[in-house]
Amino acid sequence: MKFVDEFRDPEVIGRTAEEIRRLADPGRHYRLMEVCGGHTHAIYRFGLKDVLPANIELIHGPGCPVCVLPMGRIDDGLALARRPDVIFSAFGDMMRVPGAHGSPLEHKAKGLDVRIVYSPSDALKLARTNPDRHVVFFAIGFETTAPSTALTLLRARAEGLENFSVFCNHVTIIPAIRAILDSPDMRLDGFIGPGHVSTVIGCRPYEWIARDEGKPIVVTGFEPLDLLQGIVMLLRQLKEGRAEVENQYTRVVPWEGNRAALRAMAEVFQLRPYFEWRGLGFISQSALRIRDEFAQWDAERVFSVAGVRVTDPKAAQCGEVLKGVLKPVQCKLFGRECTPEHPVGALMVSSEGSCAAYFNYEHRKASASMTSLAAPV
Amino acid sequence: MCLAIPGKIVELVSEQPNLGVVEVTGVRRRVDLGLLQDDLPGVGDWVLIHVGFAMSRISQHEAEDQMRILRVLGEDQAAMEEVRGYGLDGKDEA
Repeated sequence: MKFVDEFRDPEVIGRTAEEIRRLADPGRHYRLMEVCGGHTHAIYRFGLKDVLPANIELIHGPGCPVCVLPMGRIDDGLALARRPDVIFSAFGDMMRVPGAHGSPLEHKAKGLDVRIVYSPSDALKLARTNPDRHVVFFAIGFETTAPSTALTLLRARAEGLENFSVFCNHVTIIPAIRAILDSPDMRLDGFIGPGHVSTVIGCRPYEWIARDEGKPIVVTGFEPLDLLQGIVMLLRQLKEGRAEVENQYTRVVPWEGNRAALRAMAEVFQLRPYFEWRGLGFISQSALRIRDEFAQWDAERVFSVAGVRVTDPKAAQCGEVLKGVLKPVQCKLFGRECTPEHPVGALMVSSEGSCAAYFNYEHRKASASMTSLAAPV
Repeated sequence: MCLAIPGKIVELVSEQPNLGVVEVTGVRRRVDLGLLQDDLPGVGDWVLIHVGFAMSRISQHEAEDQMRILRVLGEDQAAMEEVRGYGLDGKDEA
């Protein structure tokens, strides 16, 4: 493993890797999905694949919020940015994500008022300091960011701020896992559960995965040792024929989650009947909309939003990669038309996207070694 | 967005009870503590921050580990850019 020295207890890591080899049945092929894009990034960065036996395959899940957002939503958001009275604000992660007519950053270059904010409360602040303009916050993310948007809307209401609204694209992780399990071409043995999403939702929402689907899931932290221990806990369950929800990341994730965050979300949001996910299609009750009580801060109701649907570029296979059916490198555009410098699909934009992670850590490494082989001695 | 930023609470803002000043490797910014209102942290406590909101209380040891993860993942500069950006380009600097 490449970066073990930078972490504590390299010996413990060695012992844990050894335990994985001992627990894994050599006659069986294991397919374990890491749901969270942060885990995908960490797995590539630490070169975990190199320490795992060949029959343990890690499948990258849908937990990258930028990646699962369909292009049409970006275009809908940018249509609001084109209104002269609007200041369009979004997280930096969104800025380079291509819509059908360019990314938010490209719209900014054309002179539209597009601002990067690092917190939804700063979008609120923009509204306070620009009373003659309307500030739209393009909200995105799973349960790690949704509570912050909820609290921001509660503050907007408390202040009676009239020139602020949220274009809500928050999604929830559980229905995405369900869609993957329901997908006929997907066979999985267990899940490495998301770390920081679980600080909010806790561990209980995963119980059906174990109980009804018979799959183990272990909520796991982000260090190499965390990930290896999570895999040990999964393999142990599989070996003993158990399917349970376990928490490897107890030092950060409480079993019950963050109740104040869940309360804020429940007060402000309700489930949409359905929402489109890139790659996964329409999933029922998988995303959040703003409740009627907060309608005056809901950009979709303040403005008329077209509800654009845009098909992904034909050759791009983001959907198959998102579902874990294809590896990034198996996409026809990977590393050629689609690179982190010139992304065609969102999975190449975000550092949590499996294509960007694969490109930065595997593809560049392979290219470098090819170059060194080709260089004259 | 997935990875949280660790910070230490160095001050509570008296006029706004849900705001605290957090220090992340020398940079001080206001963050919202509203999501920890059931058990508000105090000065000297460590928290994990997502998009300007403290999301969970952690130990100092865990905070150090989290900062090291960000560094090794190459996300530390982006994290500091995020922290510096809270309050809109530091105009709200504590």
